[in-house]
Amino acid sequence: MLDLQNISKQLDGFSIRNISFKVEKGDYYIVLGHSGAGKTVLLEIIAGLITPDSGKVFYNGKDITFQKIQKRKFGLVFQDHAIFPHLSVKENIAYPLKSKKLSKKKINNTVIELAENFEITHLLNRKPANLSGGELQRIALARTLALDPDILLLDEPLSSLDVQLKNDLRRLLRSLNKNGQTIIHVTHDYEEAILLSNKIAVFHAGKIIQSGLTNDVFHHPGSEFVAHFTGIKNYFKVTLKDIEQNGLKTAIINDVEIKLLSTEKSKEGFIIIRCEDIILSDELQNSSAANNFKGIITEINPSKPGIEIVVDIGINLTALISEVSLHKLNLTEGKKICVSFKASAVKYIA
Amino acid sequence: MKRPQSINLIFAFLGGIVLLFIIAPLAGMFFSTGTSELIETAKESEVRESIWLTIFTAMGATFVFAIAAIPFSYLLARKKFPFKRLVLGIIDLPIVIPHSAAGIAILGFISRDSLVGKVGSEFGLNFVGSPVGISIAMAFVSIPFLINAARDGFSGVPVKLEKAALNLGASPFKVFFTISLPLAWRNIVSGLILMFARGMSEFGAVVIVAYHPMVTPILIWERFGSFGLQYARPVAVIFILVSLIFFVILRLLSKEKNNA
Repeated sequence: MLDLQNISKQLDGFSIRNISFKVEKGDYYIVLGHSGAGKTVLLEIIAGLITPDSGKVFYNGKDITFQKIQKRKFGLVFQDHAIFPHLSVKENIAYPLKSKKLSKKKINNTVIELAENFEITHLLNRKPANLSGGELQRIALARTLALDPDILLLDEPLSSLDVQLKNDLRRLLRSLNKNGQTIIHVTHDYEEAILLSNKIAVFHAGKIIQSGLTNDVFHHPGSEFVAHFTGIKNYFKVTLKDIEQNGLKTAIINDVEIKLLSTEKSKEGFIIIRCEDIILSDELQNSSAANNFKGIITEINPSKPGIEIVVDIGINLTALISEVSLHKLNLTEGKKICVSFKASAVKYIA
Repeated sequence: MKRPQSINLIFAFLGGIVLLFIIAPLAGMFFSTGTSELIETAKESEVRESIWLTIFTAMGATFVFAIAAIPFSYLLARKKFPFKRLVLGIIDLPIVIPHSAAGIAILGFISRDSLVGKVGSEFGLNFVGSPVGISIAMAFVSIPFLINAARDGFSGVPVKLEKAALNLGASPFKVFFTISLPLAWRNIVSGLILMFARGMSEFGAVVIVAYHPMVTPILIWERFGSFGLQYARPVAVIFILVSLIFFVILRLLSKEKNNA
């Protein structure tokens, strides 16, 4: 459907280089990267607001690199909404419809239908000043969807919203995508990527450093940067021991020995242990877990999916547990605790 | 707390002196002009015609030149191009050169021997000594006020809004008329009022291009030269009052438009 090939653009202060990715119809494609990495420029190139210095943009096999903005059916929702302040909410939503030269009745019906879908009917006659971030975001989405875009381009759509509004809007975006809307969404928040996307590209310093199915990228991060950025906490540089014992290899970090399964030959590499694979207990257990340590809890941090417990076992390991477990084990900072995880839970990346 | 208080007092005192400097001569002129004198002067057809001529020529100059100056201001606000600084300097030139010199330059530009004058003659127009010539002289000295105000206005319109409109399918012309122009409108109206006011008050350039028909600043000068202060004062007072009324109305209208 949309195919970006080696897109490069030099702008004041930063550049994007050799960006290539493909988006298929119905995809929810997330470009994940730090703020100021050039993600917005990428969206503006797709929308046609900026022309790339080199590279091509293909849409359904046709080269659209220099096609007029108005001819592309890509609707861009800006990070700060870009609602026209001198027009009412109704006039804002009707704006793209007027360019299509539709009848007044048709415009009115479409505006009302969109307003109902986005629960902003009560705001239609208001001016945008004094509306909340969430309301403006809904108006911006309704206005862009009035264009009936083939691809919806979203620039950090959830960044300025509080938790409740974020959840609501996330639900809305998911349902839009379920109904067939292709979406390209840029964000710095890896949780948005996990919760919404089916494909992802990790963007760093103007380049895509890894892309693919979201599940693959999150479970097989190609570099330390991707691992950190995708929210993986337990990511360590290790040296593998030469000797194999009972089919298990040993990785060493700061004198801590971790057992793992790997067929990799290289001795220098990284390991990843997912937080949810780490088990905490009061006493060392007799289980299938090959890795068992004693440590001290240094941090207890509530997070979205549960509670993150950082345990110092010579290295800082982060475990993700439920609130029920927190109370059951009576965990507090400074408490001694046992940590275990299976060798198969340790992923080695050479 | 003491320091800001004393600083405020000193600054307020200095401000008061400046205000007094502006108000005192004007107030003096108003108070030394009797009501009967004003009524008598207002009845004179020469005065009335002169005031109307001044208003119409200034208004004509403002509106005709605004058609080109406003889009030009947009270009200056939005685009980078070679020698932009030089262009900006040229725009401010009429403000810094003596207006009598400006008048001489314009006279050379529109006289019957010039290309513009010749083209005008073909259509039966003689710019020198005509209202059109007066408007041209007024526009020359006042157009920087409109261009600079409109440029500031367009610069204040977020580029993102224009980008959003383009993305929503609007043509660049539609974006200009539906987004950029309405959002810069407050500054543009200020610029139009300033240009109009500056044109109305112009003497130096106009007197060289057209002594007759007589705009009010020239009429005041002529009456002062021929008959003295006493005779010139009522015309000046009436002209100031008319100008004030005009500007208050224009300001109110532009305010309403912005609040709408």
